[in-house]
Amino acid sequence: MTTPVAAVRMTGISKSFGGVRALDNVDLEVLEGEVHALLGGNGAGKSTILKVLNGVHSADEGTVEVAGQKLAGATPEAARAAGVAMNFQEMSLVPTLTVAQNVFLTREARDARGLIDDADSIRRAEAIFEMLEVEVNPRALVGDLGAGQKQLTEIAKAISQDARVLILDEPSTALAVSDVERLFVFLRKLKAKGVAIIYVSHRMDEIARIADRATILRDGRHVITAPMADLHVDTMIEHIVGRRSKGFADVVRGEVTKGDALLELKAVSGPHKPENVSFTLHRGEVLGLAGLLGSGRSALARVIAGIEPAVAGEIAINGRAVQIRSPADAIAEGVALVPEARATQGIIPAHSVADNMVMAVLGRITKGGLVDRIQAREITDKMIQRLSVKTASRDHAVSTLSGGNQQKVVIGKWLATDPDILILDEPTAGIDIGSKSEIIRLVRDLAMAGKGVLVISSELSELLTACDRILVMADGRAHQMLDRADLDDPPETNPEHALQAAERRLQIEIQKALTAKEATHG
Amino acid sequence: MANAVSAPSRTLFANWRQNIIYIGFVVIFLIFAVTLSDKGFLNPNNLLNIVRQTAMIAVMAIAMTFVLSAGEIDLSVGAVAGLTTVTVAMAIAVAGPIGGVAAGIATGLAVGMFNGWLTTRIGIPSFLTTLAMMGIAKGVAMWISDTAAVPILSPGYSWLFGGGSMGPIPVLLVWIAVLGGLGHIVLLRSGFGRRVLATGGGETAARYSGIDTANIKMKVLVLSSCAAALAGMLYAGRLQSGRFQLGEGDELSVIAAAVLGGTSLFGGKGTVIGTIVGAMMIGLINNGLILFGLEFSQQLIARGGIIIIAVALSQKR
Repeated sequence: MTTPVAAVRMTGISKSFGGVRALDNVDLEVLEGEVHALLGGNGAGKSTILKVLNGVHSADEGTVEVAGQKLAGATPEAARAAGVAMNFQEMSLVPTLTVAQNVFLTREARDARGLIDDADSIRRAEAIFEMLEVEVNPRALVGDLGAGQKQLTEIAKAISQDARVLILDEPSTALAVSDVERLFVFLRKLKAKGVAIIYVSHRMDEIARIADRATILRDGRHVITAPMADLHVDTMIEHIVGRRSKGFADVVRGEVTKGDALLELKAVSGPHKPENVSFTLHRGEVLGLAGLLGSGRSALARVIAGIEPAVAGEIAINGRAVQIRSPADAIAEGVALVPEARATQGIIPAHSVADNMVMAVLGRITKGGLVDRIQAREITDKMIQRLSVKTASRDHAVSTLSGGNQQKVVIGKWLATDPDILILDEPTAGIDIGSKSEIIRLVRDLAMAGKGVLVISSELSELLTACDRILVMADGRAHQMLDRADLDDPPETNPEHALQAAERRLQIEIQKALTAKEATHG
Repeated sequence: MANAVSAPSRTLFANWRQNIIYIGFVVIFLIFAVTLSDKGFLNPNNLLNIVRQTAMIAVMAIAMTFVLSAGEIDLSVGAVAGLTTVTVAMAIAVAGPIGGVAAGIATGLAVGMFNGWLTTRIGIPSFLTTLAMMGIAKGVAMWISDTAAVPILSPGYSWLFGGGSMGPIPVLLVWIAVLGGLGHIVLLRSGFGRRVLATGGGETAARYSGIDTANIKMKVLVLSSCAAALAGMLYAGRLQSGRFQLGEGDELSVIAAAVLGGTSLFGGKGTVIGTIVGAMMIGLINNGLILFGLEFSQQLIARGGIIIIAVALSQKR
């Protein structure tokens, strides 16, 4: 073998967003003809460094070289010109155009008169899908496609660019196992042609199969770059988890006596996901939902909250079968959902803290057609105090608050409805560690006050800190119910180490659920 | 997958809705042809009149299809057409027909670039930019013309821009056919058209794909103002004068024509042929309702009702 050439060399990359250091002096080197896995937990900086590489973000410090050449400027165009292609997790598809039109957008073939030759795009798209041995109709509108087909379109778009560097950011989340296998076959072909491939995934089994080397990031720092041969799954998980659990270690779990069954699901299925999920949530209990992106956790939350009503199965609250057909039904039954996408589903950013806080209880505080402003103020002030929301005043726009405080406003808004069942979907995404532990503490307090709480989180340390039981999900199905206590290793006395040990164990269970899914499907 | 089974029938259904404008046009035409046969509806002169009366709307609607497809809107077209009739008439008086045409094009370019600059660089939504421009253009037209009609004494200009005909075919019909054909190909087959549809269909995705979306929006707004200026030039030629009232209120008919033709107000979807048929349909309805002898008040109600029904039927669910 000749000396491998660095297709990508990123040196000393640092990047901050509003005072938060997302990347701190990170190096990343990817060789020609290798599949390089990029690993790390949520907030480790994977997406940020990829966005620096393809020009969406410009680095505060450091240099980016592609094939030995410094990038001309931090723009997507410059990166593309240098031969960097990336799939954007459905971000780069126009729903109103067809698959073929999307794949070749801005790079359409022209006929003799200089007009776009869509027939040629269709042929070439067909050829790509044929090569991948997947079935996607190039004539279909992207807006009509399911998640898996969209993902294949994204991948086709990225590989159609004949790139020197191909970045695949979680390409397999919505793909069937067989499609992933074909993608891998194709990636090996590209590799043989000397293309450098950066592969991001949370699935260790995939990484182990496809990658040659891996770089692991944690908290915006480079941890290790090593050949896969030196990285056992356990080692990888250890590097990913690290010792960052401080901040949660001091959350007192408090002993709660499990009360009556509050929410019971019997073989519940949603319109797309989840499939046939059953569990019981008791009063005073925090139940966690663990799993990777696309495992059906959020879909399950949407079913319970009436956003995508169940199509099969039975939901009972307080032992009584209920029909939840709309969010209003759910609210009436005492269910509140703190949704995943805070900015669009949780708050109205331009409205004041007070207006946001009372949004879900407007009916209750309206008298004679007018909103009782005194009551609205009382509710808001009570929530601001209870959740220690840091805001200049109740009349300031929510958009002026930090992410953590915005999330507290969303939680306050739903607590104002005085729900029995509170569902939190990724409640700590994108907020600082201080607010994170405050929110986890609040979850414990709510459970102690006799409510039932359902928590969805991709941060395992958070789930382990907050929950009494954890349901592991994969591919829309409930895989296994774990008792939090069973994940503890008795001899470990240092709470930080104990949490890490438990996190590793939970991580292994999640990975197992994926392979179990393959077994049932295969 | 369960979806695959229902896909073909759903496509047919969607196609039926997509084609409602053409079906509707034929149905309404047939109804009028039967019920109004004794009132001269099918008289070639009457039919060509419909074309003459809708030509300006159609010209503006062709460009509006691009604006709406890019996810923007232009409310200033009617007022810009009116302003252009005045600038053209005044320029012809001092510099002859060529000077007049130059003045008309300059008016369109100036307004369009100002609209585009405010929308893409300052960041004012095009709805507001062009709403303000509607008032400004009308005000300028009134001011420079002293609210009086400016006569055009150039037969050549009047022939080419609106008044003339080649044998039995009015020049206006030629304008529509040429611009319509061109617009249709540009929107559906050119790189520019594809970028317009991508910008309106998903701006983030378009940007991530390397499309300069601000530039595209700038271009469609300039295109729209230039089309409005051309419509103004046609008004001026047809009526042999420039007056600020010409084109007043046209923006609503123009947007209605595009939407009737299947162009989405939310961007990403549009066809120029559909728009032209939409414009013709509005002209057809106006003409038919007049021949029916309805009063103006009744015409307004009937026209509004027909447009609502057509658009409601075309909604994809």
